[in-house]
Amino acid sequence: MPDTAIAEAPAKAATTGGNILQVRNLEAWYGESHILHGINFDVNAGEVVTLLGRNGAGKTTTLKSIMGIIGKRAGSIRFNNEEIIRATSDRIARMGIAFCPEERGIFASLDVRENLLLPPIVRAGGLSLDQIFELFPNLKERLSSQGTKLSGGEQQMLAIARILRTGASFLMLDEPTEGLAPVIIQQIGHTIARLKKEGFTILLVEQNFRFASTVADRYYVVEHGKIIDGFSNAELAANMDKLHAYLGV
Amino acid sequence: MQALYAQLLVGLINGSFYALLSLGLAVIFGMLNIINFAHGALYMMGAFVAYFLLNNDYLSIGYWPALIIAPIVVGIFGMILERTMLQWLTGLDHLYGLLLTFGLALIIQGVFQNYFGSSGLPYAIPDQLKGGMNLGFMFLPIYRGWVVVFSLVVCLATWFLIEKTQLGAYLRAATENPTLVRAFGINVPRMITLTYGLGVGLAALAGVLSAPINQVRPLMGADLIIVVFAVVVIGGMGSIMGSIITGFALGVIEGLTKYFYPEASNTVVFVLMVLVLLVKPTGLTGRAA
Repeated sequence: MPDTAIAEAPAKAATTGGNILQVRNLEAWYGESHILHGINFDVNAGEVVTLLGRNGAGKTTTLKSIMGIIGKRAGSIRFNNEEIIRATSDRIARMGIAFCPEERGIFASLDVRENLLLPPIVRAGGLSLDQIFELFPNLKERLSSQGTKLSGGEQQMLAIARILRTGASFLMLDEPTEGLAPVIIQQIGHTIARLKKEGFTILLVEQNFRFASTVADRYYVVEHGKIIDGFSNAELAANMDKLHAYLGV
Repeated sequence: MQALYAQLLVGLINGSFYALLSLGLAVIFGMLNIINFAHGALYMMGAFVAYFLLNNDYLSIGYWPALIIAPIVVGIFGMILERTMLQWLTGLDHLYGLLLTFGLALIIQGVFQNYFGSSGLPYAIPDQLKGGMNLGFMFLPIYRGWVVVFSLVVCLATWFLIEKTQLGAYLRAATENPTLVRAFGINVPRMITLTYGLGVGLAALAGVLSAPINQVRPLMGADLIIVVFAVVVIGGMGSIMGSIITGFALGVIEGLTKYFYPEASNTVVFVLMVLVLLVKPTGLTGRAA
């Protein structure tokens, strides 16, 4: 599917709210390396959209570009109809976008409580601590532990939990299941499904499309810094062979 | 025996200045990754601001207001330095920060030396802190006791701010991963500027405290800063509590050396620094740079 068609795909696929994020001709560089070569896609309010692709395809760079933590970017990123391509990352966060990085970003010098309370509340509507502990009961028992002393699964829960407090309604989760045990992956899947039910919009980066298929409404496939295909969850079965070829599985 | 206690007191007073200065250096290094060689010059500026506040044709602002005004004035000067110069060194090797701040120190000291020479200007002890107390085993000048107690309180308050408050959590997190902290919605560049202002303000506060004891001299910071860097290296770069404890401890060790083996009193700190670097290069409580 050509890029222009991809850009229009959400209009066909939209089953939820209005357009919340529009990415057009997004290019990004790490130093001299040109990583993204004109990414186009949209996310509608209340959707879970997944970016699929092989390692190094540009999925994480896309999230980082939206978050404003890439040195050089060009093109257009509109969030709630506001252009954010030139905004600083702290301003983007205060507009209601929250980012959970692949490496989780748990701070070693902070205990679990401090890690949890670190991101400031940017707007009303975030989850309370009680709601967070209901989602992730393990965290309540480990509040005074050093953040990096938690297990991988607990660290991932902490990384997701802390952005739920902020009131951001648009969450970007970068490979939340990477390196986790199946039971934890299942728990994270339930959490994402519940967040979707509560109205959060989620942009997910995943290599594990079996996991993604349990939560996503739509998919975009990223390759060599471009979106090369896109389809809805209902179209997943019909696109399975293509997807295997794209992902090399 | 009285001489021993007297040297212990001198050691504690020096330790107070070491602790305040090395604390400021640790705060700045932790957040900015800059080895702030201008710290001694900014300490000297603190003393000079107190001197100017008292000795001018318009106002006669004494010691107590100077304790607040001088750190604010020098802190603002430091923030201007950070915004206009130091911020451009982000991500570069430590050496660039060291060279820039060393150059700044030479310029600041040179300007003051040009106008005020090298001799000391007197700054009187405030009336409330004049005199002394006979403790039985030694005579304690009240001002010196005040310096030790006040420095300790300021050091512990700074430690509390950084280790036990939400603002401190921002600072510690930004030390580890400023990009992510900024992506949470915190204005990290502004926080860095304020942190530099805080570190510099602590140096200026030490300068005001020192003015009645050591007189106000353009090179007062240059004399002290080398020892303070040794303190920071021993305590561990970036460690807040390490800087405080090491500052006071090395002051006391220096004082004791003056009593037991005066010939080594000027070198004992550096000998300890070499030993610590050999055994634990990151310092007693520090993290790797």
